[in-house]
Amino acid sequence: MSAAVLGRRPKIGQDRTLLGVVIFIASESVFFLAIVLAYVAYREAGLATAKANLDVVRTAIFSIALFASSGTMAMAASARSGAWLAATMILGAIFLIGQGTEYARLLNEGVGPGSALFGTTFFTLTGLHGIHVLAGLVALAALFTANLGRARAVHAVAWEAVGFYWHFVDAVWVVVFSVVYLGTLV
Amino acid sequence: MTAIPLWVRRPAGERVGWLRTVDHKEIGVLYIGMGVAFFAVGGVEALLLRAQLATPEAGLVDPETFNQAFTVHGVTMILLAVVPLLVGFANYMVPLMIGAPDVAFPRLNALSFWLSLVGGIVLYFSFLAGGAPDTGWFSYAPLAERAFAPGTGVDYYILGLAVNGAGTIIGAINLAVTILLMRCPGMAISRVPLFVWMTLVTSVLILGAYPALTAALVMLLVDRQLGGHFFDPSGGGQAVLWQHLFWFFGHPEVYIMVLPAMGMISEVIPVFSRKPIFGYAFVAGSSVAIAFLSFGVWAHHMFAVGLGDTENAIFSATSMLIAIPTGVKIFNWIATMIGGRLRMTTAMLFAVGFIAMFVIGGLSGVALAVVPIDLAVTDSYFVVAHLHYVLFGGTMLGIFAGAYYWFPKMTGRLLSEGLGRWHFWLTFAGFNLTFLPQHWLGAVGMPRRVFTYAASTGWGPLNLISTIGAAILAVAMVVFFVNLVRSLRSGEIAGDDPWDAFTLEWSTTSPPPPENFARIPAVTGRRPLWDRKHPEARDQR
Repeated sequence: MSAAVLGRRPKIGQDRTLLGVVIFIASESVFFLAIVLAYVAYREAGLATAKANLDVVRTAIFSIALFASSGTMAMAASARSGAWLAATMILGAIFLIGQGTEYARLLNEGVGPGSALFGTTFFTLTGLHGIHVLAGLVALAALFTANLGRARAVHAVAWEAVGFYWHFVDAVWVVVFSVVYLGTLV
Repeated sequence: MTAIPLWVRRPAGERVGWLRTVDHKEIGVLYIGMGVAFFAVGGVEALLLRAQLATPEAGLVDPETFNQAFTVHGVTMILLAVVPLLVGFANYMVPLMIGAPDVAFPRLNALSFWLSLVGGIVLYFSFLAGGAPDTGWFSYAPLAERAFAPGTGVDYYILGLAVNGAGTIIGAINLAVTILLMRCPGMAISRVPLFVWMTLVTSVLILGAYPALTAALVMLLVDRQLGGHFFDPSGGGQAVLWQHLFWFFGHPEVYIMVLPAMGMISEVIPVFSRKPIFGYAFVAGSSVAIAFLSFGVWAHHMFAVGLGDTENAIFSATSMLIAIPTGVKIFNWIATMIGGRLRMTTAMLFAVGFIAMFVIGGLSGVALAVVPIDLAVTDSYFVVAHLHYVLFGGTMLGIFAGAYYWFPKMTGRLLSEGLGRWHFWLTFAGFNLTFLPQHWLGAVGMPRRVFTYAASTGWGPLNLISTIGAAILAVAMVVFFVNLVRSLRSGEIAGDDPWDAFTLEWSTTSPPPPENFARIPAVTGRRPLWDRKHPEARDQR
């Protein structure tokens, strides 16, 4: 679709929904900040376990899928394209599969939320992020389904709002991946 | 009965029902109803505590029940009574005051309310499920860990507060967006009524503070249900982390509860002094300063923990600093009254009572910010006295001022001024009789949260006075309740603008129609209704 058909993109300073989503993301940031700070406060105590058990390279590959999904989301929002949206969902799902298999391996090795301080902080932080990715996937799926029906009835702001949330989930993972995984390398 | 429609003036024959309403006024009334109901429940719990403490070595309740009662009393009053009351008034009044037809997200607004209510119900369900939480409203770790609180009470506390908090956060997003984007033409942010300003600042505080509580609750849940070690010293965790996270929420929460009440009296005092507020920009700006500082004072709740002299000194200084913008407001209100033609209605009595009682609570707060004083009286009845002067003497008196002021707008009928005076003076006497002696009790060493004390301590007489005060306070609340019920049924008809007021909510009918205004108003000043009534003497700003 051309820019003329798409019309102007909604602005944060004018659109209620978009401003609401931005404020919601701001409060979510405080939530994650608190969880990340708890992780950092206990990092020293769990560092040996983290170094012994985390597979940085493997997780880095799955992380690339999530980071790439921000790119596909941006394409989807600017072109209002169901295909790009589907690509975003697939990449997000790949990331979750990576996280799920990593959880399974760690639990098999006896590292769980109750095993020691590392497990407690690791599963809480990455688990809460994972739940947010899942919520994002639900939002993407809702948008995808609505778009399949009467695409013109989908308000422009829905694309922007879902995109904002998805970028936020991605940005949180940049922080989590750096603190948890890259943190084992130093 | 009455032909006057309550709460919203709907077209004849149109019924929506409380369960599915998305009208901001009806949701506001639902919030207020929830607040009133939980205020009554929390009040009964308080009476139970005071009855037990009236005499030394009393056996009215066992220690376990006492612990549950003071825990649930605190949580109820703060999160299930005061916050819903304030959010309820904001819900009803903010769209009217800024000339909007509703809030930004009406359906989300309903979700906020129902989440808040369900959170409260979950907390109270703990009584049926084997015992309420008994770890105090701030539920310190490691006491709240499974090893020391093996029942399910704390789990219901976690779940209830998290759900309630989600509702409050969503409500704050809604109010913030409403105020930022839905003001009527001419209603610049520098012209909105001060209650709206306070609501905006409070929303920002909620959005910054509540997520920290949610995070702490999640961590405690992981500890209790998944065997985690966040706050478990035996597993390498630190109990003090809970305190940091809780008070990072808990102190801004104090301002979340007091700023809207300050907004209410900032509406009441000018109208009943027949003058514009003195120093509008200072009242608004000092609230922003309070909000900013309130995120940097949390550790003054933790002086006795042993953080170190440097940390204590810093938090002591920031805590004292916050008295400055608070003091600015006190001067603004007094300067508004000076030279005014005062009309001492019940609303005005409560507003003036707020100033007097809040100054006492503020001064004992500054005293507690001094580390050596805090170390001497921490966890004693001095702290109980202080917080009740702020939250009852301050916030609750402010809410009563708002209730007498806005009840006619919401119902079309005036509250009785005669009963109102009884309500005020009984409250004023009962409140001071209850809480003033607690300063002395704390100073001579009576700890808070003890279920009894020995006769040899000599604390008996002051405790008895305090309990008598609580009984008077209870009578005052009954008078208020009678006033509410009687005025709803047969109160004097109010008309649109019974107080000859200044702001837009009084320009529409009482109660307002579903979309609030026949036409979206346009304004040119801070007192739009005054301007309309006195075109020859318009406000310049």
